[in-house]
Amino acid sequence: MSTSQNPRQNQVDEQGALRHFLTIEGLKRELLLDILDTAESFAGVTAQTVKKVPLLRGKTIANLFFEVSTRTRTTFELAAKRLSADVLNINITSSSASKGESLLDTLRNLEAMYVDMFVVRHNDSGSAHFIAGHVAPHVSVINAGDGRHAHPTQAMLDMFTIRRHKPDFTALKVAIVGDIYHSRVARSQIHALNILGVPEIRVVAPRTLIPGGAENLGVHVCADLNECIEDVDVVITLRLQRERMQGAFLPSEHEYFHLYGLTEEKLECIKPDAIVMHPGPINRGVEMDSAVADGERSVILEQVTNGIAVRMAVMSMCMASRADGGGGGEG
Amino acid sequence: MKITLQGGRVIDPANKIDERMDVHVAAGQIAALGNAPDGFTPNRIIDVSEQIVCPGFIDLGARLREPGDRHKATIASETAAAASAGITTLICPPDTNPVADTPAVIELIHTTAEQAGMARILPTGAITQGLKGEQLSEIAALKEAGCIAVSNIMQPYSSTQVQRRAFEYAATFGLSIFIHPLDQGLAAGGCAHEGAICTRMGLTGIPEAAETMAVARNLVIIEQTGVRAHFARLSSARAAQMISRARYDGLPITADVAAHQLFLTEHDIWQFNSECHVIPPLRSDRDRDGLRDGLAQGVIQCICSDHQPHEADAKLAPFPSTEPGISALETLLPLTLRMVTDGVLDLGDAIATISSQPASVLGIDSGNLSAGNVADICVFDPEREWILDEDTLVSHGLNTPFLGWHLKGRVTHTLLAGRPVYELNDD
Repeated sequence: MSTSQNPRQNQVDEQGALRHFLTIEGLKRELLLDILDTAESFAGVTAQTVKKVPLLRGKTIANLFFEVSTRTRTTFELAAKRLSADVLNINITSSSASKGESLLDTLRNLEAMYVDMFVVRHNDSGSAHFIAGHVAPHVSVINAGDGRHAHPTQAMLDMFTIRRHKPDFTALKVAIVGDIYHSRVARSQIHALNILGVPEIRVVAPRTLIPGGAENLGVHVCADLNECIEDVDVVITLRLQRERMQGAFLPSEHEYFHLYGLTEEKLECIKPDAIVMHPGPINRGVEMDSAVADGERSVILEQVTNGIAVRMAVMSMCMASRADGGGGGEG
Repeated sequence: MKITLQGGRVIDPANKIDERMDVHVAAGQIAALGNAPDGFTPNRIIDVSEQIVCPGFIDLGARLREPGDRHKATIASETAAAASAGITTLICPPDTNPVADTPAVIELIHTTAEQAGMARILPTGAITQGLKGEQLSEIAALKEAGCIAVSNIMQPYSSTQVQRRAFEYAATFGLSIFIHPLDQGLAAGGCAHEGAICTRMGLTGIPEAAETMAVARNLVIIEQTGVRAHFARLSSARAAQMISRARYDGLPITADVAAHQLFLTEHDIWQFNSECHVIPPLRSDRDRDGLRDGLAQGVIQCICSDHQPHEADAKLAPFPSTEPGISALETLLPLTLRMVTDGVLDLGDAIATISSQPASVLGIDSGNLSAGNVADICVFDPEREWILDEDTLVSHGLNTPFLGWHLKGRVTHTLLAGRPVYELNDD
């Protein structure tokens, strides 16, 4: 008794290749590993003096950002340029939306400029699915963050970073600390960790920041920080938006840091070789103190660097699945 | 115009009739059932031997978008859709633009409906000015202008004191209050049932408590003020249980459910299907089953369409930014009949939920086929199968998640005050 759905929103084609990259949820383990392996091959390119490969030469990629972003947009731009694509950066908060143009009209106008791929960030959950449902069949859509729903490339660069330090996902205990309720990053990470076979994923936050039915995502909700991070291999912290104090989610940053902020002292219970991650930007003294952020277990800057290779992988794989082999990439 | 509907199975729940006989109509009224009155010579005899003849349907909740939103639909377009669906009486909520808080708006609606001549409209008036929950509307004047009930729909009152006074004032004039239970504080910004699916989709949830909280609060004030109250558009099993308990304790309250809530659940918004964006939201399987139980046990007496036609653009956006609502007049009968095939109601009770029961909620002598009463009649073929598609929809709103569904039960004739306002164009 289900209602009709739009097949254009399918992110995988009949051969199992990536057409769009909208969400981690529902993707196969092999595909995620394929993205990680492809990213690994690009990681070398990123370190070379001549940092370009010609895979997407002649392709036009539009970075369509309805929300402010620095790291994500910049790494997408770098990734596209290193694949030799032409890049349009469109910051909608300051253009069409303020003139009342609808999302669909903005899209149609850009399509008319022969854009081959949209990289989209939008504050509505489901916006990437919506766009995928309305673009021309040859166009790919990559979700760079939609509302609280998904941020799949961030999750994949986190998986990439984890794998570089901890090659066997099936032997890991992972803790996610912070605002799960508002976090698209957390949702995508949780799906990715589950699909890659991580046996134990724990989360912790005050109950106001744990969404209803969180256990159904495949995580264990812990009562306090110590229970959550004890003996783990990976600690992922989430960004806390300052405006959460207004919505009665939290009383103060001070109390949050006291209970959930990472310090060297609190981290004594994690495994000695554990890594500490954060999607950035960090609020020092809120999510963690500087000793942790800049400490030897922190891989936060690696995450940023790895973002380029992972985004190159996703972009090239999406284009390669298109008719005529996209820009000639082997994916 | 004298008409004889010949040889149909007549189902008239209010009069406990279910037998094959003729229905004779003259001067806009039911002249007789069974044998024709002496000297009755019909101008037209309609063979309905394959069909069921029943009272024209009364829909407790349909937005017609006029005045204010003629780009979505008009009274003319939607009453035509109603006629094609066997619906002869429509109760419309007061959130028109301008809000139906003055006799002038009510008169405008009545005049436009009379010009269209396809269905009766019984408007509900806004209980507070502009639905702002602050100052009372001129409720006595609204009643005089023809309002059947008053409501603040889903808008909050500025204080419990204002709510209490509004209920007391309405009770003075014997007007019913339609309560759409939704605590706006808990529901704020939400677009989906709070739970695992909403969490996975990253949508802002509307918890079940937004409904039960409002039901609990309203029950207390209803009890204190003695107002005649009807709970509209229930979406949760627990709210149905609370209403059941209050009825058991002797509170004379009634309730309805939108037809889509009996079929769709939170699973249907998967992949951000904006056609399933409704408020109150589609909830869990358990809620859908609980609403069906409430219907079977008579706790919920009526099924309504909760018709909300939209222009295409209203649904062409990411899910949270789309407008809620389903264009639903034309699925009211087939979905109600599916309650029979699904074993929830027998045929007579199913028809009652969209005819005699809503009439009784409204306190009007309608929704029956008693001799001498106005001849609002629906004739439908219960076996006729059809597929809902954009070409068959009469409503200006094509926004329905039921497109493509195989439906059973199709209206062949609708009579409004004895006058055919719809006949199925066959072949």
